[in-house]
Amino acid sequence: MTTYYSEEHEWIAVEGDIATVGITAHAAEQLGEIVYVEQKDGGDTFEKGDEIGVVESVKAASEIYAPVNGEIVEANEALADSPATLNESPEGDGWLYKIKLSNTDQLNDLMDLDAYKAFIA
Amino acid sequence: MADAPKRTPLYDLHVELGGKMVDFAGWEMPVQYPLGIMGEHKHCRAKAALFDVSHMGQVILKGENVGAKLEALCPQAFSTLKEGKARYGFFTNENGGIMDDLIVSNAGDHFFVVVNASMRHQDIPHMAKYLDGIEVIEIFDRALIAVQGPKAEDVVGNLCPGVRDLKFMETMIGAINGVECRISRLGYTGEDGYEISIPQDGAVEVARAFLADENCEPAGLGARDSLRLEAGLCLYGNDIDNDTSPIEASLIWAIQKRRREEGGFPGAERIQQEIAEGTSRKLVGIRPEGRAPARQGVEVQSEDGKAIGVVTSGGFGPTAGGPVAMGYISTDSTEPGTRVNLMIRGKAQPAEIVSLPFVQQNYKR
Repeated sequence: MTTYYSEEHEWIAVEGDIATVGITAHAAEQLGEIVYVEQKDGGDTFEKGDEIGVVESVKAASEIYAPVNGEIVEANEALADSPATLNESPEGDGWLYKIKLSNTDQLNDLMDLDAYKAFIA
Repeated sequence: MADAPKRTPLYDLHVELGGKMVDFAGWEMPVQYPLGIMGEHKHCRAKAALFDVSHMGQVILKGENVGAKLEALCPQAFSTLKEGKARYGFFTNENGGIMDDLIVSNAGDHFFVVVNASMRHQDIPHMAKYLDGIEVIEIFDRALIAVQGPKAEDVVGNLCPGVRDLKFMETMIGAINGVECRISRLGYTGEDGYEISIPQDGAVEVARAFLADENCEPAGLGARDSLRLEAGLCLYGNDIDNDTSPIEASLIWAIQKRRREEGGFPGAERIQQEIAEGTSRKLVGIRPEGRAPARQGVEVQSEDGKAIGVVTSGGFGPTAGGPVAMGYISTDSTEPGTRVNLMIRGKAQPAEIVSLPFVQQNYKR
């Protein structure tokens, strides 16, 4: 499994053509306490840059943009009732989607952990 | 080019306390501290929180009959405001809209006025122009700190016992750690508490003395906004502005009886007419049924899909335990219990019209 990071502060952990997507710990920290998550449904397809969800903190709403093209296999429905999981475990239990990648070449445009760390430094 | 944001006398203290600094109305202010908006909000409702509100405009008005002269600009009864008392009010324009809201205190040999940070550039020339024979002195060398919450009386009273005897909307001069302050029992959170005007040189020391109390945590603009929203208090620029009348904004309580009857303030014609005949829209509370917060600008629809209003303030209410909002709604749909839809990102989210405030106000009357 390889994990990539986007400039929009998402992580994407890839195994074959299936990946898990979420927001980074840095993003969760910046957003503050998350009180609401709006997600797409399984089966929805999207292209890189499409809005695929909204995360709202006490302060403000922030859109989630797709880091790659794909199709939603599963949304983490537990977040609807416990949005705070996104703060507690943004890169673990707070995952947003399992997706099926439709263009794995796009992964080359993303960052690895070291590059992401440098990006947010 | 915009000027660099200004800093209050407490700036270094905010940074030391881990405050996340943001530009607000031209001031570098803490939006939150490490405790977080939710924690700060709940701490204020449970114990006490300290807010730096030094960005607000503090003004001294000196001269004969200040109160009576202010009545030409505001629909409040300021000529009868007794010494040691404070009153909420607003400047109205010729159309009966609200130019800004403010707190006016009768300090004996002068009146002490506090206006919004974003409007001080307007309000001070406005007063200087129209208050004939009154000296309008904008104060630049004092901080303003709010200590709010059920433990505020202890936090402030342990350092200045006299404040325990103040009632809501009363003001006094008192010494805190040897620094002479103006202390007023009021605030904008819905909780009991004080606003304290402090000479800038002693401000950090006084703030530290409050924060040394285990019941008192620093809180930022984020918590201040969610607290005032739950308390049903209007934010200038969101819920009230030059186009909203005080009657539409459900602020008739702030216009004393004599002024309603006599008029004699800008926009009196419209305001008196609205008092007599009502308005076509009203500011009300809106309680979303789901978890999605409805932010400023969200359209409100009737259940049959007709546009009936707009959200002017909205977010998550930590004490209410869910989203809360206020907005202007067609008067025929403002009965509490009326079911409406909030159009959030194109989807209709069910909500209910409710009476304000969302949480009980705990003033010391």
